[in-house]
Amino acid sequence: MPLRKDIHKVMVLGSGPIVIGQAAEFDYAGTQACRALMEEGLEVVLVNSNPATIMTDKAMADKVYIEPMTLDSVKQIIRKERPDSLLPTLGGQTGLNLAMELADQGFLEEMNVKLLGANPETIAKAEDRQMFKDTMEKIGEPCIASKVVHTVEDAVAFTEEIGLPVIIRPAYTLGGTGGGIAYTWEQLKEIAASGIMYSRVDEILVEKCIAGWKEIEYEVMRDGKGNVITVVNMENIDPVGVHTGDSVVVAPSQTLCDKEYQMLRTAALNIITELGIEGGCNVQFALNPDSFEYAVIEVNPRVSRSSALASKATGYPIAKIAAKIAIGYGLDELTNAVTGKTVACFEPTVDYIVVKFPRWPFDKFVYADKTLGTQMKATGEVMSISNSFEGAMMKAVRSIEMKVDSLSMPSVAKLDDETVKQKVGICDDERLFAICEALRRGIMTIDEIHAITKIDTWFLNGFKRITDMEHTLEQAEEITEELYLAAKKFGFTDKVIERLSGKSCEKVHRLPVYKTVDTCAAEFDAETPYYYSTYDEETEVKPSSGKKKVLVLGSGPIRIGQGIEFDYCSVHSVWALKRLGCETVIINNNPETVSTDFDTADRLYFEPLTPEDVTGVVNAEKPDAAIVQFGGQTAINLAKHIESLGVPILGTPAWSIDAAEDREKFDVILNDHGIPRAQGDTVFTEEEAVEVGNRLGYPVLVRPSYVLGGQGMEIAYKEEEIREYMQIINRTKQENPVLVDKYLMGREIEVDAICDGEDILIPGIMEHMERAGVHSGDSISVYPSITIEEKHKKTIIEYTEKLAKSLAVLGLVNIQFVLYNDEIYVIEVNPRSSRTVPYISKITGVPMVDLATRCMFGEKLKDLGYGTGLYPEGNTYAVKVPVFSFQKLRDLDTQLGPEMKSTGEVLGVSTSFREALLKGLLGAGLELKKKGSVLISVKDSDKQEAVNIAERFAELGYELYATPGTALTLNRHMVPTNSVRNAHEPEPNMLNLIEDGKVDYVISTSVKGRHPELASVRIRRTAVERAIPCLTAIDTASALLRCLEGDIRVENCEMVDINTVGVDHE
Amino acid sequence: MKKAYLLLADGTLFEGVSVGAEGRTISEIVFTTGMVGYQEILTDPSYYGQTICMTYPLIGNYGLNAEDFESRKSWVSGFIMREACAYPSNWRCDRSIDAYLKSQNIVGLAGIDTRRLTRLLRQSGVMNGILYSEGYEPDEQMIEEMKNFRITGAVDAVTVKEIEHHPAVGEAQRRVALFDFGVKNNIVRELCRRGCDVDVLPARTAPETVLSGNYDGIMLSNGPGDPAENTEIIENLKVLRTSGLPIFGICLGHQLLALSIGAKSAKMKFGHRGVNHPVKDLAADRTYITSQNHGYAILADSVDPEIAEVSHINLNDNTCEGIRHKNAPIFTVQYHPEVCPGPLDSAYLFDQFIDLMNAEKGGNN
Repeated sequence: MPLRKDIHKVMVLGSGPIVIGQAAEFDYAGTQACRALMEEGLEVVLVNSNPATIMTDKAMADKVYIEPMTLDSVKQIIRKERPDSLLPTLGGQTGLNLAMELADQGFLEEMNVKLLGANPETIAKAEDRQMFKDTMEKIGEPCIASKVVHTVEDAVAFTEEIGLPVIIRPAYTLGGTGGGIAYTWEQLKEIAASGIMYSRVDEILVEKCIAGWKEIEYEVMRDGKGNVITVVNMENIDPVGVHTGDSVVVAPSQTLCDKEYQMLRTAALNIITELGIEGGCNVQFALNPDSFEYAVIEVNPRVSRSSALASKATGYPIAKIAAKIAIGYGLDELTNAVTGKTVACFEPTVDYIVVKFPRWPFDKFVYADKTLGTQMKATGEVMSISNSFEGAMMKAVRSIEMKVDSLSMPSVAKLDDETVKQKVGICDDERLFAICEALRRGIMTIDEIHAITKIDTWFLNGFKRITDMEHTLEQAEEITEELYLAAKKFGFTDKVIERLSGKSCEKVHRLPVYKTVDTCAAEFDAETPYYYSTYDEETEVKPSSGKKKVLVLGSGPIRIGQGIEFDYCSVHSVWALKRLGCETVIINNNPETVSTDFDTADRLYFEPLTPEDVTGVVNAEKPDAAIVQFGGQTAINLAKHIESLGVPILGTPAWSIDAAEDREKFDVILNDHGIPRAQGDTVFTEEEAVEVGNRLGYPVLVRPSYVLGGQGMEIAYKEEEIREYMQIINRTKQENPVLVDKYLMGREIEVDAICDGEDILIPGIMEHMERAGVHSGDSISVYPSITIEEKHKKTIIEYTEKLAKSLAVLGLVNIQFVLYNDEIYVIEVNPRSSRTVPYISKITGVPMVDLATRCMFGEKLKDLGYGTGLYPEGNTYAVKVPVFSFQKLRDLDTQLGPEMKSTGEVLGVSTSFREALLKGLLGAGLELKKKGSVLISVKDSDKQEAVNIAERFAELGYELYATPGTALTLNRHMVPTNSVRNAHEPEPNMLNLIEDGKVDYVISTSVKGRHPELASVRIRRTAVERAIPCLTAIDTASALLRCLEGDIRVENCEMVDINTVGVDHE
Repeated sequence: MKKAYLLLADGTLFEGVSVGAEGRTISEIVFTTGMVGYQEILTDPSYYGQTICMTYPLIGNYGLNAEDFESRKSWVSGFIMREACAYPSNWRCDRSIDAYLKSQNIVGLAGIDTRRLTRLLRQSGVMNGILYSEGYEPDEQMIEEMKNFRITGAVDAVTVKEIEHHPAVGEAQRRVALFDFGVKNNIVRELCRRGCDVDVLPARTAPETVLSGNYDGIMLSNGPGDPAENTEIIENLKVLRTSGLPIFGICLGHQLLALSIGAKSAKMKFGHRGVNHPVKDLAADRTYITSQNHGYAILADSVDPEIAEVSHINLNDNTCEGIRHKNAPIFTVQYHPEVCPGPLDSAYLFDQFIDLMNAEKGGNN
C-alpha cells in the first residue's frame, strides 16, 4: 500500500524533557519521523516541550509547539490545528500515554483524529498488565507467574502463593519508576506502596522473580500488510533483574544457538502480529539458561531506547521506517537507504559485535543509592563497534568518560581482596569492574563468579582474556609486532599498553583500518559511509570528494551537565558546513543522538572520543580543519590534541579555552579591562582551601576548573563544609586546581554571544529566577529579562564584547554574570557553545550555530542579516524550567546548589510572562493546586523571606505547616502556622505528615550538607518519593506563587507556534 | 599456534591460524551471512565441495550439540571464520568448533579479515581456492588443479545408498517419498511432525518404484552442485510430475523440477547464502524472511507460462524463488522453509503440501 489518501496533516508528539529512562533517543526518533513525513508532502504539527531538541527546530515541521506535554495543552493545539492524524509511537512513553488519554476520553474521535501506528486497543494490550497477560495466553506465549493488584494487602496475599522474591512493576511508568525486587516481606510492602503511587492507574504487577535468566530483546517491525521483520536481537550481559537501560548489552546475541534465536524471534513476531502494531516494537524475553523455557517480560509497542540502539547497531533506520509504515507504506515498498538498492523488508545481518554501556550519574551524585535493579538510573549510554567482544568492551569503557581507559577502575583497584569478592556479589555500577579485578588478581574463578552473578561464562571468559592480556603485557620483555597487534585487536590503546608493559610502542605502532556498517555483512555495496575501527588488513574509507573537509567532534554520552543541547549544536554545525560546501566528518559514540544518524554528516565514525581514537580518524580522513566548540567539554578536551596532529581548529583557538579556565590568565584579562569579579584563589589541597575560605569570609564557592555543569561545585558556609567538599572533589585525581571564590548572592544573568573577531551579536540576555548559587542549568531562566535595567544591559554588552575579543572568540561564547549591589560581576566565561544555545536560537530566530560556523569561515556578522550588538528583544517570553529525575535516584538530596542536578528542561512560551512561567512549570511536571497545604522548613538566612512567601500562600487560603524554628518566625510575623516536629524528632513528625498525603507543596532549604541521613534531606526525599512538589529555593517558591496568584489556567492560554515567533530573516 | 592459509584462484593469499584438522583442500569458496547456525551449516549437504566463510566474526560461542546436526556428517571442504571460540557456553553444548572440525577432518582457518574476503567474493564472484595448513603448502600442479576445480557428482556423493524409513510422529496420516539429493534432517522432521511416514529415497530411485510405492506425495529435497548436471534425475522427474501426485520441492529439488519442464538454470555471481533474504509471495502480496543457500537459480523468463508460473521472487534481486504448476498439485521453492538455520516463517509451506495431499485424497482430514 502506498501513502494513505486520508492523511494530510499529522500531529507528532515528542517525549518532552530528558529524564532518566527517556533521553535523546526520542529526539533522534522524532527527527527521523518528522523528516519522513515532510518528504511525503504531509503537513506536520509537532508538540514537544523540550527546547534543546533538534526536532523542535523550525525546519523540522510546519508548525512547532514547544508547549507542555499535558492533556490540556495538547487538546488546545489539536483544536487550533485540527490535524487529521496523530502519530504517538515515536515520543516515548510520554507521547504514548498522552495519546492513550486523549483516546480514552473520546477526544480524538470528537476531533476526527486518527491514531497512526497503533490503536488504543493495541497499546492497552501491551501496556495494561492483565490485558497483556491475557493476550500472551491467547497466542500461547508464556509469561511469568504474576498478578495485577491495586493494594499492598493483595500484593502480600499473592506473594504468599508464589513465594519471595518477587518483582513489583507499576503500570504505565517509564524506566520502571517505583518498581523493584522484594526479597523480604518488609521490602515487598514498601515497594508495593510506592509502585501503586507512581502508577497512573494505581496498579502494580507482582511477578515471580526469575533473576538469573538470560535477558534477550528483539526489535521487530510490522507493516499494515502483515509483513514482519526482526531488526536485531540483543543480549544483556547482566541477567534478568537489572533494568535493560542499566545493563551492559551486546548485539547481536552471543550465547544463543540457532534454535534458541529462532524460537524467540518467532515469539516476538507472533506478539507484534497479535498486537497489530504497524511500526516498531521491542519485546523483552527471559530465557532459562538451562533449557528452552522462556517467558515474555515486556513489550513496548513503540519506538524505544532499544530501537535507537538497534538502529545505530545495524544501520537500519527504525524510526523513519516506522513513520512511513504509519502513513500506509508496506515494508516491501520501502528502500534500504544504506544499500540504496535492496528493500527495507529484510533483516539486517551484521559482521561485528556491538556493546552498549550505560553512563551513570554517580560521579556527581556521590550519596545516591548506586545499586542497580528494575529502576533505571543511567542518564545516557555509549555504543561501540568492533569485531571482537574484547575490542568492543574496551572501546565502550573508554567512551563513557568515567576516567577509565581499560577494565580497571581505580576505586576498585585499591580495595583488598575480600572487599573485591564482596563487590562481585553487589549489583551496582562498579560490579563489572569488580569482576574484572577478581579475575585480574586470580582470587575468583570464572565458575565462582558465574555462580554468584549468573553472567554467562562466555562473557566472563571475554573479561578474563582482557585481564590475561594485561598480564602478558606486564610480563613482556618487549612489545613485538605480534603482541602489539593482539593487544590492539583486544581494544588496548597505546597508552594502556605502554603503562602496563612499561615499554614504548613507538616501533610497532600501527593505526587502525575502518570497516563499514552496512546492514548486510558486505553482501551488497553500501552507499553510506558509516565506519568503525578495527585492526585488520583492508580499510573501506571512501576517497574524499575534494571539497574542503571539516571534522566535527560530538559530545559523547548524555550525563548531568552535558545533555542533548550539544548534539543539537554539533548537528547544526554539520548542516551549516554542508551549506558552506564542505565535506563533513563526525566522530561520536552516543547511539541516542541525531549526530550519529548515518545521513547527518557525510561520514560518520562511531568511535570513542579519546586522543588515540581521534588520531586514527584524522589519519584516515586527513581533514582540512576541525571544529570542537560545539561538542561540549568532551570535544573541548581534545582541542589541543587535534592541533598537535596538525589539524587547525576552526574558530576560537585552544589557548583561549585555557585562558578562560586558568585563574591567573583570566584575572589578567579582567584587570586589563576593569571588569570586576568575585575575589578568589586557586588551591589544590584541603588546607589551602580552608585558608582561602577564612581569608575571603564565608560563604565561598568551591569548584574544580575545567568541568562542565558545575561538577563538584558547592557553596561552603563554614570551614567544615569546605573540608567535606574538598574531600569529595579530591576523590578523583584533579589535574587542574580547584577554585575558591567569594560567593556573591545576587541576580544571575547569562548571555550567549557570537563573535566574528570584530563584532559580537548577543541574541538575548537571560535572567535567572533563582539568585546566584543555584547552577545555571538548574535555574529557571527567563528571556527577555524582566528586571535588568538598561544601564546594566549596556554594561553586559560592553563586558561581553571585551571578553570575547580578548579571548579571541571566533564563534560562540557563553558568559555568566551576577548583578550584586548594583554592579555587574563576571562569574565565568565559556568560549564554546552552551546549554542555552538551542532555546535562545529558537525563541529569537537567530540561528546561532549557523552564524557561528559561518564566522569561522571568515564571514562577518554585519553581513549576515542579524545585525551586531544586542539583538532586538521580542515581545514573546520564554521561560526555561529545569526538570529533574530525583524519583529515580534514591538518597540523592534534591536541594539545588551550584552543582547541576537537572537532567533536562522545558520551555514555556507566551507573550505574557506569567503565562510563559505557568507553561514552563506545568511542562516540568508541576501540578498547580489551587488549595491545600504547604510545609515550610528553611535555613536561618531564608527565614525573613520565607515570611513573605508564607503570607502569600496564606492569603490564597493554604494551610501552613512548618518545622519549629521556621514556625516560630512565621507566627511571630503574624502568619498563623502549625508547628510540626522535625524529621529527626519523635514521631509523629513532619515525615508522617508528608507520607500521609496531607501536604501539597514542600518548601525546604538547608545548608547543612547533603548526607542522606540529615533531617532536611529526608524531608525532601520523602516529598519526592511521594511525588509532592518540593521547592528548594525561595525564589522558585516565589515563581510558583506568581502563577497561583494569577489564577491563570492553561486552557485559556494561547498556544504558540514557534515558527511565528521572532523576526523572520530567511 | 600453527598457521593456515587460503590461496584464491586470483592469487590473493590470506594468512591466519589453523583450526580443526590440518591438511589441504581444494574447493569453491563461498560466504554465508547468517549470524547463528554454524552447526547446521556445517552439516548441510548442500555445501558439498565448498569452503564456507562465515561473515559473522565470532564463531563457536555456543559450541555444538548432539541434537542440531542436519545430516550424518559435515560435507563442507573447509571452514573459515574470524575467531573460533575455545570456551563455548550453552546448556546443550558438548563440543567446541575446533573439536568438531577435527573429528570431521575438516581444515579450518581463523584469524583472517573475513570481511575483506567477503568483499572480494562479492566483487569478483565465487572463486576457487586452496585452504591449507602450515606444512601442507600446495605445489604448482595443485594450484592449476584448484583453478580448474568444478564440483561434480555432488548429488551422488551425498545421497543415501538405500531407502531410509522415518515413522510419523503419532499416528501416520500420509506416506511421503522424499528424494534425497542432499536432504537436511529438518525436512524429515517437519514431515514426520505433520503425521507423515517418510521414506528417504536415493536420488536416482526410478519413478516406477515411487509410483508403485503407495505414496501420497513426493518431496524433492535440497542438495548441492550444478542442477543441470543431473540429467537422469531430471528425466525421472518428467515422469513423476505428470503422475498426479502432489510434489513439493526445495532448493535443488525446485531447480530440478523446473529443469524438467524446460526452464533454464544459471550460476549466480556469489549466490544467496544467509537467513535474511526477503521473498515475496506474489499471489498473497506478502513478503517473508527466508533461509537461503544456493549458487544456481532458475531463470524466471525461461519458465513456460503454459505449465507453471513464478510464484515467489527475491526482493533484493528479483530472481525466481518459487514456481507453482498450473495443472498439477506441484509447487517448489528455491529457499529453505525447513530452515535450520534460519527464520521459521515459511514452515506453512509444509502445511500446504499436507493440504495438497489431503485434497488429492478427497478431502480426507
